[in-house]
Amino acid sequence: MTSRSDAHLQVRDLTIQRGGVNVLEIDALDMPRGLVTVVIGPNGSGKSTLLGALQLVLHPTSGTLTLDGQPMDADPVKTRRRMSAAFQEPLLLSMSVQANVELPLRLRGVDRRTRRESAEHWLARFGITDLARRHARQLSGGEAQRVSLARAFASQPEVLLLDEPFAGVDAPTREGLIEDFAEIVSQARPTTVLVTHDRDEALRLGDHAVLLIGGRVRQTAAPVDIFERPADRAVAEFVGMENVWAGRRSESGVYQAGGVRLASTAKSVALGAPAFLCVRPERITLAHAADSAANQFRAVVRAVRPRGPVVRAELTSGRLDLTADVPVTVWDELGLTVGDEAVARIAPADLHVMDAPD
Amino acid sequence: MELIWDGIREAARLWWAGDAEIIEITLRTLAISSAATAIALLIGIPLGAVLALRRFWGRGLIVAAVNTGMGMPPVVVGLIVALILWRTGPLGDLNLIYTPTAMVVAQLLLSLPLVVGFSLASIQSVNPRLIGQMWAMGANRLQVLWLLVRETRLGLLAAVMAGFGAAISEVGASMQVGGNLAGETRVLTTATVLETGRGNFEVAIALSLVLVVLAFLVNLVLTGVQQRRPVA
Repeated sequence: MTSRSDAHLQVRDLTIQRGGVNVLEIDALDMPRGLVTVVIGPNGSGKSTLLGALQLVLHPTSGTLTLDGQPMDADPVKTRRRMSAAFQEPLLLSMSVQANVELPLRLRGVDRRTRRESAEHWLARFGITDLARRHARQLSGGEAQRVSLARAFASQPEVLLLDEPFAGVDAPTREGLIEDFAEIVSQARPTTVLVTHDRDEALRLGDHAVLLIGGRVRQTAAPVDIFERPADRAVAEFVGMENVWAGRRSESGVYQAGGVRLASTAKSVALGAPAFLCVRPERITLAHAADSAANQFRAVVRAVRPRGPVVRAELTSGRLDLTADVPVTVWDELGLTVGDEAVARIAPADLHVMDAPD
Repeated sequence: MELIWDGIREAARLWWAGDAEIIEITLRTLAISSAATAIALLIGIPLGAVLALRRFWGRGLIVAAVNTGMGMPPVVVGLIVALILWRTGPLGDLNLIYTPTAMVVAQLLLSLPLVVGFSLASIQSVNPRLIGQMWAMGANRLQVLWLLVRETRLGLLAAVMAGFGAAISEVGASMQVGGNLAGETRVLTTATVLETGRGNFEVAIALSLVLVVLAFLVNLVLTGVQQRRPVA
């Protein structure tokens, strides 16, 4: 968790109600200055509501939002002029690309020459200088999103609020756009809040992550920690942790789950105490024979599902069901089919331990 | 048929000769209808924007009133304005009855609902997320209104055309509150009615053609602006 002195944006005791029901309920949340905070969570978890509150378009039922320690709603227009936003839809106005990018500066009363220079700079940074004179309606989805992001940077905002800006773009275009965005944001370093449901995006762009479920913060950590070391079972399920096993600690760093003995270097629970053990499917490796490494056990292949670059294998070992994502090339070398027996391996460092109710 | 051809020939002669009375009536028509339309735009566009963007108690009632007003018979409007401005009426002390100002008021009441209705429909059709983006870019209230006007210019120019069309073409209200006084409140529509009544069809045709050409020219300019390919 970031210290308060680093927090650029702060949320305190925030509740937002819709139809008398709390859709967002956050006790405390800090967005560190100059870093990218990714907000992740399932549909309806309150991600976009949080962004709407930070944009001052949704009004909190209670609580405070501060920017540099000052209430954001004291002068909404002034606050918004320190920020900018981009969404899944590019939301360009019916004017030329150049005029769209200049618009935030025009609204701030910036002179024509400065506006033009700034727009030219950001159009070049996003590789769309040649589109400057094109009308916004004549752009492809990827081009329009680049213009939208260039516009967001043009006013050199202290805070950048982004709601799934890469979600509406096709895969190859998206890759290039994320790459360019990552480079630009690392140089410009605005305090960024990025709402996303995409794991790769969160891992590539996020310095810090907030996971919301049911309008509440369930975990704040580095993105990799949320995906590899979820705080609880609900988080584990959301981040695609396919293997969550109920177990019990039997000795120091060793757990029993479904009749299998598993070692973990993760935090420990009390001896004899119940725990949830979890591991991501891509962290389980399969082999024909065991070697000297820890956490190896024999398992029978129950089902095989090709999933693009990996093969998802469902296996059973004793009372333990496990799911492994094996790269296609490795799977082909193994030559396993349903009913075959294999050796499953989990590195102790990859086995995460969570508290479980008694 | 001959009557019509004689009328058209006479109209052409009057135009060619630059008939002073026709020029005077034309200019007065243009001045009164333009003033009514301009005031209707000043009031109607912001009112349409408020009705499109805000939800408040009584909004539905106002929208229903606006929709009713869009089809209001001019003679009813004329009667209401005449009763209010009549010497013994609530605003009789202003001595506005049978003046161009009274005609502007009547035409304003006819074109205002059209401008409000068209503006409301245009602005309501804007993606609400685009309006959110306008706020997010740091626009203040006036700037959001300016951007909305810019964004809905096609629909708003239709509002201008409808408003101006309603003002310049109406006759009943102008007759009731203006009185069709020569040199004072006579406009193209009321003059056409008068000349038709007198059997001066050639003059009536000339006046009608002026009215049609005038309406066409104004709408030609507005259509040009509306259909121009926006660049910046």
